[in-house]
Amino acid sequence: MATLELSLDEQAAEPARRKRRLGLLFWFAMGWMVLVFAVAILADVLPLPSPTDMDMLEKRAPFSAEHWLGTDGFGRDELSRLVHGARISLIVGLFAPVIGLTIGGALGMLAGYFRGRFESIVVGSMDVLLAFPPLILALAVTAYLGQSIFHLTCILGVLGIPAFMRVARAATLTLARREFVIAAQALGATHARILLRELLPNVLLPLLAFFLLAVAVTIVVEGALSFLGLGVPPPISSWGSMIGEGRESLDVAPRLAFIPAIAMFLTVLSFNLIGDTLRALTDPRQGAL
Amino acid sequence: MSGALLSVQDAVVDLPTPRGNLRAVDHVDLSVGAGRTLGIVGESGCGKTMLSRAILQLLPKKAKLSGRVMFDGQDLPQLSPEKLRKLRGQSLAVVFQDPMTSLNPVLTIGTQLIETIQEHLELDLAEARKRSIELLAAVGIPAPEQRLAQYPHQLSGGMRQRVAIAIALSCEPKLLIADEPTTALDVTIQAQILDLLAREQQRRHMAMIIITHDLGVVAGRTDEVAVMYAGRVVERAPTPALFKQMRMPYTEALLAALPKLDAAPHTPLPAISGRPPDPTRPLKGCSFAPRCRYAAGRCNTEKPALSAAETPEHVYACFHPIETRARVEA
Amino acid sequence: MAFFLAWRLLYLVPVLIAVSVLTFLIASLLPGDLAYVILGDQATPENVAALRHDMGLDQPIWWRYLSWLGHILQGDFGRSFRTGQTVLQAVTERVPVSFELMILAELIGLAIGVPLAIACAAKSGSAFDRFMTGSAFAMLSLPTFLSAILLIFLFAVELRWLPATGYVPFTEDPLANLRFMVLPALTLALAEWPGIMRVLRSDMIAALQEDYIALAKAKGLKPSRILFVHALKPSSLTLVTITGINIGRLIGGTVIVESVFALPGIGRLLVGAIYTRDLIILQGVVLLVAAGFVIVNFIVDLLYAALDPRIRHGHA
Repeated sequence: MATLELSLDEQAAEPARRKRRLGLLFWFAMGWMVLVFAVAILADVLPLPSPTDMDMLEKRAPFSAEHWLGTDGFGRDELSRLVHGARISLIVGLFAPVIGLTIGGALGMLAGYFRGRFESIVVGSMDVLLAFPPLILALAVTAYLGQSIFHLTCILGVLGIPAFMRVARAATLTLARREFVIAAQALGATHARILLRELLPNVLLPLLAFFLLAVAVTIVVEGALSFLGLGVPPPISSWGSMIGEGRESLDVAPRLAFIPAIAMFLTVLSFNLIGDTLRALTDPRQGAL
Repeated sequence: MSGALLSVQDAVVDLPTPRGNLRAVDHVDLSVGAGRTLGIVGESGCGKTMLSRAILQLLPKKAKLSGRVMFDGQDLPQLSPEKLRKLRGQSLAVVFQDPMTSLNPVLTIGTQLIETIQEHLELDLAEARKRSIELLAAVGIPAPEQRLAQYPHQLSGGMRQRVAIAIALSCEPKLLIADEPTTALDVTIQAQILDLLAREQQRRHMAMIIITHDLGVVAGRTDEVAVMYAGRVVERAPTPALFKQMRMPYTEALLAALPKLDAAPHTPLPAISGRPPDPTRPLKGCSFAPRCRYAAGRCNTEKPALSAAETPEHVYACFHPIETRARVEA
Repeated sequence: MAFFLAWRLLYLVPVLIAVSVLTFLIASLLPGDLAYVILGDQATPENVAALRHDMGLDQPIWWRYLSWLGHILQGDFGRSFRTGQTVLQAVTERVPVSFELMILAELIGLAIGVPLAIACAAKSGSAFDRFMTGSAFAMLSLPTFLSAILLIFLFAVELRWLPATGYVPFTEDPLANLRFMVLPALTLALAEWPGIMRVLRSDMIAALQEDYIALAKAKGLKPSRILFVHALKPSSLTLVTITGINIGRLIGGTVIVESVFALPGIGRLLVGAIYTRDLIILQGVVLLVAAGFVIVNFIVDLLYAALDPRIRHGHA
């Protein structure tokens, strides 16, 4: 029908227009990303005061040449804490999803490829993990294990496994029926070869797009835990704990809460924007959304 | 033309697409008198559905319509949305191709009938309900009262199309447009639905346009037939005249593509070779020329205009009309 | 439908058992020993050994799990060794606060998200639509604790319209209760509406392309009826799904919001138990919240099935 052909044309037009419109914002996000990564990596080399040195005479000092962003309630340099906080956010925010990506991705591919009882067990155990509201589980485990960056990263990583598993399994399920996989099977390729050579390269792309969205979520959860004082242990600076401490002085020095808040918002937004753009590119069906 | 209930004058529908402008309907003139039936026939993508949407003013937002669509003395494209709304469903009704998608899956049959009736007629709920039951009975649905509380998915395809027809008939329209009303149905049901449409058309003295890709559908059931190809009307004639002597090679090819009951078993169907032209790349000459076995000379360089044959009612657009070979009655 | 119900119920049992095992295991992860935590400074080897024996900590782990589960099945979730309150008492006392908060938040979220989704879908592609879609995307990147701070700063510190912290039970003084609840509920709602709007909007835009909308137009129905009945009703199923998906995040959100606004709900109970290392309360609350979450998800599934006539009549 003429109408059908037209609606197909409209769909084809949609992603092209989106790409152009997202262009500028996308590059802003990339720019911010590069900046955050740069200061986080160079934190120790940059000419900044120590983020943990207290100066009780200079509590909540305003912006100055010595302290560009002023000092916090303990007289610690705000800019330095912000830069070192970026490091924590990125370490936890990147390593935790790597755990989820590796374990969840592997489980999802195996479940989607071998099907059968293995798949039921994997999906079932993920359902159990999903039965806990994520933040509650993270809180409970940190409470028992004790606060440390390592524990935090592991917990948030484990929490991400079910989501990565689903993405990998869904992608594998559709790919496993495609000609090139069936052809490889017919040629007598081993399971390992099919999984690594044929499936992995194709599953990796949607997984990586999802990875960026997971980074954003992880940074938020890390921030929430640190905000409650249950994330990274003091005196390490994290954006979440800075915001939590800044909350006490909202009336006299709101900037102490708002500066790390803005940094965190922009970072999360950037990861979301980049991840969403990549997802739209890797999954044409989502393009019109 | 002036006495007609509906007259489409020089209608052009353009659609912007990423590959360029798509002319879906190309300078079409048509008219239907009160109580008359018109068949519009053509392959998929020939613009017949776009033409029906243009008449109903249901074109996609991006589409541009020029020309006039006079209905009952009013030019539809010029009407205010509110006036158009009063007209649609009341004197101008439609039945779409697939009743599975054209009925709302989450509303009951009763709701979908009653809302139409109450929108246009001054009836209270009980009266509208009573009328709905009568309509369902009239289109041959058993146990109509129980059906009111049912959802479309609880009915068979044929029953759903009967419901869609009941909705279309609910306010005694002057014109019913049936857009491929049987294409989505089982072959065994198709004749029943077409007969139902014909019966109701006669009983209610309404005009009807049947849009189809199947010349067999329009053969015994219409007063006039317009054959469309690549957005244009290429042949138009009173139905008996058309089947007696078709002039346009495309019409002939369409007819040849119909399966025949009296053909010997295993006779291959003579499908029309090739595909319709890309509507975003208009041809200089006759659009059918690349697929036409009679095409020669100026067919590829010049567009034939609609011209009359022996009677003024029978027009066709062809430089090499079929002259001598008389066709069998369909 | 009956089959569907039975199948879902059957699935619920192993999930709940697995949830209890996982909760128990997390609690057993504790480096050191619960006895040390309870005794604190008075921990001598003899005291610890005696307490371990009293609490059954010297038993093998599977035995401890079974006896713990046995107590729970009899309604005994344990007792705080700090306040002496039982877990059930503490939870039932605080559940109404968290429920009120979550319901208010979801209502506000729907009140913002649904009309915006309808308006955007009706004028999809317009400047308004693009602006709202962009805003919703940005709001999705705003963590709950950030919007909490923002709202406190705006309404409590700068404008001084609403209190930043405090709580009065609804039964004592409904108006004062709502005054305390507005900011926390709004904070949560700010995280809820973007998801609601985005999903409902794209769903309605898809619905508006359907043939039955073209027929509704051809029937001469009023634009409002087409939008609210013909397009919104099929999409309302989506609303149930989103609400279900949101519950997990909403529960996480209440933990933060109750802490920030000092509301005596389940979330604050949980965080408080972590601060004071009240591990019995912590274990009980985690188990109850997870079990509640599983059951709520189950109810959402049923509601979804009940709302969709196609599933209701077994055509799915």
